[in-house]
Amino acid sequence: EIQHGGVIVQRARDAFDSGRTRSIEFRRQQLKQMQRMYEENTTEMVEALAKDLRKSKQEAVLFEIQFLINEVTHMLHKLDEWAAPEKPPKPLVNAMDEVVIHKDPYGVVLIIGAWNYPLQLTLLPVSGAIAAGNCVIIKPSEVATETAKLIAELVPRYLDQECYQVVLGGVMETTELLKERFDYIFYTGSTNVGKIVRAAANQHLTPVTLELGGKSLYYQDASDMEMTARRVMWGKCANSGQTCIAPDYILCSKQVEREFVENAKKVLKEFYGENPKNSPDLCRIVSDRHFQRLVGLLKCGTVVVGGESDPTDKFIAPTILVDVKTTDPVMQEEIFGPILPIVNVENAFDAIKFIRSRPHPLTMYVFTKDKSIQDLLITHLRSGSVCMNDTLMQFCVDTLPFGGVGHSGMGAYHGIHSFNTFVHRKSCLVKDFNPIAEKLASKRYPPYSEKNMNFIKFMMKKRRGISMPYLPHLLMFVLGAAVAVGLTAIVTANGHYGDDKSN
Amino acid sequence: MAGPSEIVGKARRAFRSGRTLPLSFREAQLKQFLAMIEENKQDILDALSYDLHKSKQEAILLEVQIITKEVHEMLNNLRVWAQPEDVEKGLANAMDKAKIYKDPYGVVLVIGPWNYPVQLALLPAIGAIAAGNCVIIKPSEVTAACAALIARLVPNYLDKECCQVVLGGVTETTELLKERFDYIFYTGSTNVGKIVRAAANQHLTPVTLELGGKSPVYIDETANIEMTVKRVLWGKCVNAGQTCIAPDYILCPTSVQDKFVAKAKTVLQEWYGDNMKNSPDLCRIVSDTHYKRLVQLLRNGKVAVGGETDPKEKFIAPTILTDVKSTDPIMQEEIFGPILPILNVDDVTQAIEFINSREHPLAFYIFTNNKKVMEKLINNVSCGGISCNEPSCMLHNQFDTLPFGGVGHSGMGAYHGIHSFNTFVHRKSCLIRDFNSIAERLASSRYPPYSEKKLNFISFLLEKRKGLNVPYFSHLMVFALGVAATIGFKALPKFF
Repeated sequence: EIQHGGVIVQRARDAFDSGRTRSIEFRRQQLKQMQRMYEENTTEMVEALAKDLRKSKQEAVLFEIQFLINEVTHMLHKLDEWAAPEKPPKPLVNAMDEVVIHKDPYGVVLIIGAWNYPLQLTLLPVSGAIAAGNCVIIKPSEVATETAKLIAELVPRYLDQECYQVVLGGVMETTELLKERFDYIFYTGSTNVGKIVRAAANQHLTPVTLELGGKSLYYQDASDMEMTARRVMWGKCANSGQTCIAPDYILCSKQVEREFVENAKKVLKEFYGENPKNSPDLCRIVSDRHFQRLVGLLKCGTVVVGGESDPTDKFIAPTILVDVKTTDPVMQEEIFGPILPIVNVENAFDAIKFIRSRPHPLTMYVFTKDKSIQDLLITHLRSGSVCMNDTLMQFCVDTLPFGGVGHSGMGAYHGIHSFNTFVHRKSCLVKDFNPIAEKLASKRYPPYSEKNMNFIKFMMKKRRGISMPYLPHLLMFVLGAAVAVGLTAIVTANGHYGDDKSN
Repeated sequence: MAGPSEIVGKARRAFRSGRTLPLSFREAQLKQFLAMIEENKQDILDALSYDLHKSKQEAILLEVQIITKEVHEMLNNLRVWAQPEDVEKGLANAMDKAKIYKDPYGVVLVIGPWNYPVQLALLPAIGAIAAGNCVIIKPSEVTAACAALIARLVPNYLDKECCQVVLGGVTETTELLKERFDYIFYTGSTNVGKIVRAAANQHLTPVTLELGGKSPVYIDETANIEMTVKRVLWGKCVNAGQTCIAPDYILCPTSVQDKFVAKAKTVLQEWYGDNMKNSPDLCRIVSDTHYKRLVQLLRNGKVAVGGETDPKEKFIAPTILTDVKSTDPIMQEEIFGPILPILNVDDVTQAIEFINSREHPLAFYIFTNNKKVMEKLINNVSCGGISCNEPSCMLHNQFDTLPFGGVGHSGMGAYHGIHSFNTFVHRKSCLIRDFNSIAERLASSRYPPYSEKKLNFISFLLEKRKGLNVPYFSHLMVFALGVAATIGFKALPKFF
């Protein structure tokens, strides 16, 4: 039953106004339901992902389902801690006041998912939004049709049907939906559509998080070529390169290129056997349109590995291109496929110049043992995140905020960062009608005078506090020592008394 | 006068040179900032007096001192805040380093408003500089003397390429906004906030918008009426009500209204004398446009206190209006002037309904001695920030550990102190691994060809477990260490 966007949003708003999502217990219960939803429907989820992307069970479980379960579990462990009002440090002058930061849910949140990890990228932000106390409208990508249908079927069975709704549809339906007023919008997808979403959000001054893409390059020198090739090809071939943080292209010297290609050939055979098309572990391209787009890119440079494609299966073999020029089409857009072009640079400085001339990527990978090069690249280049000597792994550390910068996005999430994305931090200062405080503060009332002004200046002056971060620990150490001294004294005294007694 | 592209180009080249990255450079710039304020205090007071008839007390306490405090806060903490943060790691990453780096965005545009023309143009710039960005400051043209002063002083004290000032009105700002910035910080009205954000969107530039709204005041019978009247009126009269967090209107029962109005008459006379126009402590309205707008609003409801105006001086007396309807013009826009309408509600539930039927305000003031009422209001009203029993125009700013910003139409993002610093850095996650063969063996199950065995092994490694979550664990350990060390010390002599 296709409902009008206005009806859906109003239902969510009424549900939010009813106040039921404010209760931590309610949120906890909903998160537990999400856990059950994943655990009880793992087979159906694996099947839907196989139909949409020919995703293997290992990738479906590890990159999607288990990831989702872990995030919900983490939220459940930490919900009380994260939702509790924060007490920031307060100056001495305010010793008698209450100073608190409350975590208010925004209200009605719209989450627009992507097709490449259609379960994970749609539902991961949802657990954060729910934990934060919002009502959520979920718009899965229509490109991954089976997964979208499954989400639309499962969510109402497990979660509160008014607080959390699923809307299906394509560009037209999403455009209509975006005319409604939301209190927060979370979008995962391409940079171009990201701009459209943000522009739509602007009519109502709705804040957004945009998880976009870009060409996540990687730079390498000659360190540990075999391990490098293995880790890079793994990152590139997972989901057939249709990953926002897949290593998009390589920057390295001609010599490193030769060694890399040799090792890559070996690694690909290890992974997928002689004929990669027969391997059950390689995904397919999601749609004919993307397949055509990628086949077009195969014409750039020279194919040194792979290059095979099959339109009936939307299959493209893991491919490496060399002799690629920076003006080639494959270097003008995010590849989002199993094609890895190599562009030659002499050294790290050239790499920096090259990377700086392009938009900030979502991720930068650097393969080197040389710490000074690591530091150089981290300090002088901007990207959403960085991973040294591996690919994709930074995604799994849920204490690291995951997001982009510049054209690769704004905002970040995962773990506590998900929770924080979906709350507004409301500052609260509570005083009372204390007459002493009033006397002090009354100096600010007119008629103004030099004397009163100086008094207030004095009260408000910024003093460097005893700001030793380890002061509490130091005090504990001293306390421990004092207790030890006290205890030994008591024991010794008792001992003497015992001696006296025996005498 | 250089065009916008030239100005932004200069800032971008300066940023690319890497000059703003070292902390010593930023500290030197911040110290120069302090010198700039301290050595030109009189000029700043004169400019504020010229533009807004601002008294010395308000100019010092609400502009100058706030700026110097923020600079000191940055200088005291910069080294700590700029450090990469270590994060907790799970079992799977035990041998890796995981940190969050604080990267400056690049070229930041700060657009200031006219009501606190020095403070609100320079305060965000301080955070941006501390964070390592290059800054372009666009002070408001409405307060021309302050804008001209900022444009004169900044190049004499700060790096001429890393910190530039651009003057101009709507046309010039529109041109400037076509350029690409890496962050835009805007303080001003909601309508212009939308325009700024739309312009930012061409380049997907993130923004902080410090906007406005109608900040309500709720007073019930349990509030100490004398103190409440003083606190509310003070918040309203400072800068002649031209403060984004000024108490805009009052919601209270009729019984409170009568007491409030009676007390207010006395208080205002105490403060400003019989002829308020002669008091040196009352600011003027900034422009003819705003003056005329406010005079129109005086026609709503009934004037219970005040109501005098003088177009020559752009003077409006502190005024209280009663019998105001929620549909009146004065309840449709942020007042931003010394006019205080009172609307009646019977109880806290009605007040909540009233406030929630409107856009989220920037501030909400509650005056009550009843803790339950306070809690109900805090938990049910969403707004930028809440103050109970204190309109903290002044003291609110004192809390640089409290984030200051709006929600919904009152804004997005927050600043002050560490929140300023954090506004202007991008937190870049870094995972640093090595070519350790043990770690590689453990992780090799991720490679194809996939198998059930590999899948189960990695699942096991990645599974989320509740950590050893004893609070104050580290404190306990150190306590135990203290005990052990002392016993150890005492035992030492026995060995000799």
